Amino acid sequence: MISILRRKNDTQPTRRLCIQVLRHNPADAASVPHLQAFEIAEAEGMTLFIALNEIRATQDPSLQFDFVCRAGICGSCAMLIDGRPGLACRTLTRDLGTTITLAPLPFFELIGDLSVNTGKWMRGTSERLQTWIHSSAQTDLDALEAPMEPELAEAIYELDRCIECGCCIAGCGTAQMREKFVGAVGLNKIARFRLDPRDDRSNDDFYELIGDDDGVFGCMSLLGCHDVCPKQLPLQTQIAYLRRKMAVIGLA
Amino acid sequence: MALIDNNGSHELLGADASGQLVIHAPTTAPLRQPPRKSRWPARLDMLQSASGLFLALFLMAHMFFVSSILISHDAFYTVARFFEGAYFLGKPYPILVSGVVSIILAVFIGHAWLAMRKFPAGYRQYRAFVTHKNSLRHGDTSLWWLQIWTGFALFFMATIHLYDMLTQPALIGPYESADRVWTGNMWPLYLMLLFAAELHASVGLYRLAIKWGWFTAATPNRSRRRLRWAKHGISAFFITLGLVTLAAYVDLGRAHAERAGERYVPTYLNAPHTAGKH
Repeated sequence: MISILRRKNDTQPTRRLCIQVLRHNPADAASVPHLQAFEIAEAEGMTLFIALNEIRATQDPSLQFDFVCRAGICGSCAMLIDGRPGLACRTLTRDLGTTITLAPLPFFELIGDLSVNTGKWMRGTSERLQTWIHSSAQTDLDALEAPMEPELAEAIYELDRCIECGCCIAGCGTAQMREKFVGAVGLNKIARFRLDPRDDRSNDDFYELIGDDDGVFGCMSLLGCHDVCPKQLPLQTQIAYLRRKMAVIGLA
Repeated sequence: MALIDNNGSHELLGADASGQLVIHAPTTAPLRQPPRKSRWPARLDMLQSASGLFLALFLMAHMFFVSSILISHDAFYTVARFFEGAYFLGKPYPILVSGVVSIILAVFIGHAWLAMRKFPAGYRQYRAFVTHKNSLRHGDTSLWWLQIWTGFALFFMATIHLYDMLTQPALIGPYESADRVWTGNMWPLYLMLLFAAELHASVGLYRLAIKWGWFTAATPNRSRRRLRWAKHGISAFFITLGLVTLAAYVDLGRAHAERAGERYVPTYLNAPHTAGKH
């Protein structure tokens, strides 16, 4: 889209936004999930982060949602925006209609309103997939670190950009049906450690972690993950690559 | 072996009858070697893809052979006798067609069995996917739903067609096929089968390329755009060809309805005045 065409005309009146939030407090037995509408005036360059803070400051201090960095780096503010997963801090209200529906990410444990416990699930996935460097080499703290080719370091960094926001899981049709599926975030981590020369693990070892229908073979290539990833990670190609490598193990 | 490690620590601890924790002496051998993960998920995944690819390629070839009726009656007659081995064995052997159909049927059943593993199991999974699909409004996710339903429809529709071909391999020819389509009332089935099979195959081929990372361009999104165009093109081309071909058989079947059951005799074996009109 040509940006100049999207620039708002000064003479246009300020829009009134109706922000509907799916509210529920699982800790309160009397709480019933319901949509609550808040009305605010749109401001120039307003993000959902700004809008939600304004609502909390001026209308309802009990509204729960997560934010840390407000710059698309921490991954805390992922939510369903008009039904699609995305980061609230990176979503401009001008890209949406006047009625905006916000809901917590599905799949994860609900803390309250828009706040979900992605961290708990991410940690479990990290432990299950052992997403850390496995090395049997003795570390010599006095020695210089082995150099790495810049291209390789770049490739690892590219995959390391994942912020564990949970959008890929919320966008995954397979994960909605089968809770044990590792999802793109897990597979991306395996792809990252597979690239790392400091990790001793072989393809056979990785097969032990993801070589089943809860792992890479469970992926049905619906590509929801790839299309909703706020960091534009190359999930489509990484999963295809892992699938090929793991399929070869199956032939051996 | 270290007393405390991630895998073994739970085995080392056990409670005796009094409920007091006791620590068993570690042995030198690994306490329990975890069994190696089965290779079958990998093989089944590859078999599903391979059988699907085979069936999709067969479907395309099949459509070209069937549509030879659009060239002339003799062209289709020649294709049909060719697959009965008439040109290398001296005379047609329809049993060869039955043989090929048996192979296709076996691959088809195998593919259905493998693909069924991906179907939503039970109401909860079904609801979860439908809710997700409707809220996400995402092309590739919705396409999979089309795959599920066309695949499900093919269980029945393709089976009818395959059984027909398996048991009556000799009745493939311009008049024979046209009579089956019109007088035999098969055209409604063929019409639905055409859409189900062609859509399922083109979406399946697209998914295969994405799944295994074939035909990649400079960026994933560009390769995806290209594959999507290819998918649309394949769907449109084969559905159009199929509709035109089916219309040709319906036309011929209606014209031949009064003499239904009559075998076709090619013009080169017949005097010109009784030849099949085009």
